[in-house]
Amino acid sequence: MEEISALIGGFKVALSWYNLALMFIGILLGVIIGVLPGLGGANGVAILLPLTFSMPPTSAIIMLSCIYWGALFGGAITSILFNIPGEPWSVATTFDGHPMAQNGRADEALTAAFTSSFVGAFFAVLLITFLAPVVAKFALKFGPAEFFAVFFLTFASFVGMGKGSPFKVLAAMTLGFVLGAVGLDKVTGSLRMTFGHTELLSGFDFLVAVIGLFGIGEILSSMEGGLKFGGAKATIRLDAVFTTWKKLLKYWATSLRSCLIGCWMGITPGGATPASFMSYGLAKKFSPNGDNFGKGEIEGVIAPETAAHAAGTAALLPMLTLGIPGSPTAAVLLGGLMIWGLQPGPMLFVEQKDFVWGLIASMYLGNVVGLIVVLTCVPLFAAILRVPFSIIGPVILVVCAIGAYTIHNSMFDVWLMLVFGLFGYLFQKLGYPLPPLVLAIVLGDKAEEAFRQAMLGSQGSMTIFWSNPLVATIMTLGMILLFWPIISALKERVFSAPPTAKT
Amino acid sequence: MMSGHTEEDDGPSLVTNGTMEIVLAAVLMLIGAIAIYDSVNIGFGWRDDGPAPGFFPFWVGLTLVGSSLINLFQGIRKSSARETFVTKPQFGRVLAVLIPSILYVAAIGGLNLGPIQIPGLGIYLASAIFIALFMIFIGKESVIKAILVGCFVPLVTFFMFEKWFLVPLPKGPIEAALGLA
Repeated sequence: MEEISALIGGFKVALSWYNLALMFIGILLGVIIGVLPGLGGANGVAILLPLTFSMPPTSAIIMLSCIYWGALFGGAITSILFNIPGEPWSVATTFDGHPMAQNGRADEALTAAFTSSFVGAFFAVLLITFLAPVVAKFALKFGPAEFFAVFFLTFASFVGMGKGSPFKVLAAMTLGFVLGAVGLDKVTGSLRMTFGHTELLSGFDFLVAVIGLFGIGEILSSMEGGLKFGGAKATIRLDAVFTTWKKLLKYWATSLRSCLIGCWMGITPGGATPASFMSYGLAKKFSPNGDNFGKGEIEGVIAPETAAHAAGTAALLPMLTLGIPGSPTAAVLLGGLMIWGLQPGPMLFVEQKDFVWGLIASMYLGNVVGLIVVLTCVPLFAAILRVPFSIIGPVILVVCAIGAYTIHNSMFDVWLMLVFGLFGYLFQKLGYPLPPLVLAIVLGDKAEEAFRQAMLGSQGSMTIFWSNPLVATIMTLGMILLFWPIISALKERVFSAPPTAKT
Repeated sequence: MMSGHTEEDDGPSLVTNGTMEIVLAAVLMLIGAIAIYDSVNIGFGWRDDGPAPGFFPFWVGLTLVGSSLINLFQGIRKSSARETFVTKPQFGRVLAVLIPSILYVAAIGGLNLGPIQIPGLGIYLASAIFIALFMIFIGKESVIKAILVGCFVPLVTFFMFEKWFLVPLPKGPIEAALGLA
């Protein structure tokens, strides 16, 4: 087993006191970010990115990915204790988690949530360990046409699998492409949409967009709802942990199903949020206690948490192997890789073995550290939540401004952050999705470059995208997903409304 | 990422969802139109060596305009179009954070409006003032608490960024006077 020995090598890289300390700090910061309104996985990592510039890349990515794990864990705390989803993927956790807390079973709900998160992530890391090298090896043979096909599939799946109006997905995505196209065109060297402004030469940085859309946008929505916060107290006793673990074993089928849903949705850019809803819906359908869902059923906590964490972790697989992130947070991590001079994609597995396997090993370690930290520190995090928003709100705003400034040392970016914040607020309220917008800003350039290189190779003939079975399959799959809303609408019209409930 | 609608959100409606759908769709159409305009200028067709630099922005802009047009009509026709987008008290609270934020960003770097030039305060002083005033006037916290938090956060930030991680942040007259700039 080549992977096992590579992984052991990775553990040697990751297991230094320095890295372990970074993991610990990363998880703590991550949970705090996940707990606080206005700071989430994506913009939290974006804000802290400049702090890692002086670290060696492996340590930097270990810390950043641990922030991400921490944020995934943290979302559950607010959902269960306060009925406030700290992250969009923990919305489904509130359905049963908060009723459990109200019935005095907060420790059980929290233990179940953390353990399920851990299980989901662990499953996804196992998948990454064994699948990533295969995918990377496979992707080494990719030409520009194949890469464009994968980009196409990525974006088409947002349209095909997104919730809500496909035209809103399309509008958000194309807005991202337009913003991504601003600046110097790398292929021909001509300027696009700069209109003589030097600030626009290098285009819009998606990190600024992430901080504005997710950070400022959420502060505006939190303010709209008012400043009040109220919640339950919680501590986790050790015996409650063990009795809950015993109960969890009974639900192995739900866990496994949720792991699979999460991994699938994470690799294809469905993301953690739809994965958690889908998993919750399916668990409700299959469970013998399905009627009790929503009243405080432990299975209703296990299902969404497992899937969300599995998806969040699995999103790193396409990021590492193809350079195509499956979620906004993965995109931010990808941005970090490029700042440290690492080119994500299949070559990473050949040229930067230490880095890749160190990262994968740190995923195992980080999740173990994370589980221990969250199980022991719940009272601390709950206390943070009781700090009133009138203190936390302005502090988060300051942190966001610093984060936006440090990316390029530019005040222009701080102003942009405010504009993006306004858009984020409006987008969220009117049901426009943010992830496709962010990913389009990041990947627009690359997708276009792949397209143009493919066109150069084929002398302008589109048939190159159907020139071999591999690229043809990916393109066709993308087409089906892109037109899925139309296909499913037609299907419904032909077969009249099917009785299956939508999840 | 959800706003907790725990408080009473009654109060007179300010705008409906339908209106906001139109506004946002119109803004997006404008952005799309800018993309199309620019790509027509730099060439959006097909050259000997493949697509011209404006090819991609052109089609993307066109898609943005098209899908926004559909969103506009769907937004008007939807049953929720007449529902409230935001009530007056809600909008007041949003402005209560948005306007101070704008002033805060202006205070960090200063403003350069041609004849009128306002020098920036630097990020540390601006942050201290922003946090303290926000807590006093919008959060209705006690003045002492506000000043303590307002001083504490920039100090921590200063040591974290300037000393540990060696990332310089914008500075103003205060830092210059203290010989730190």
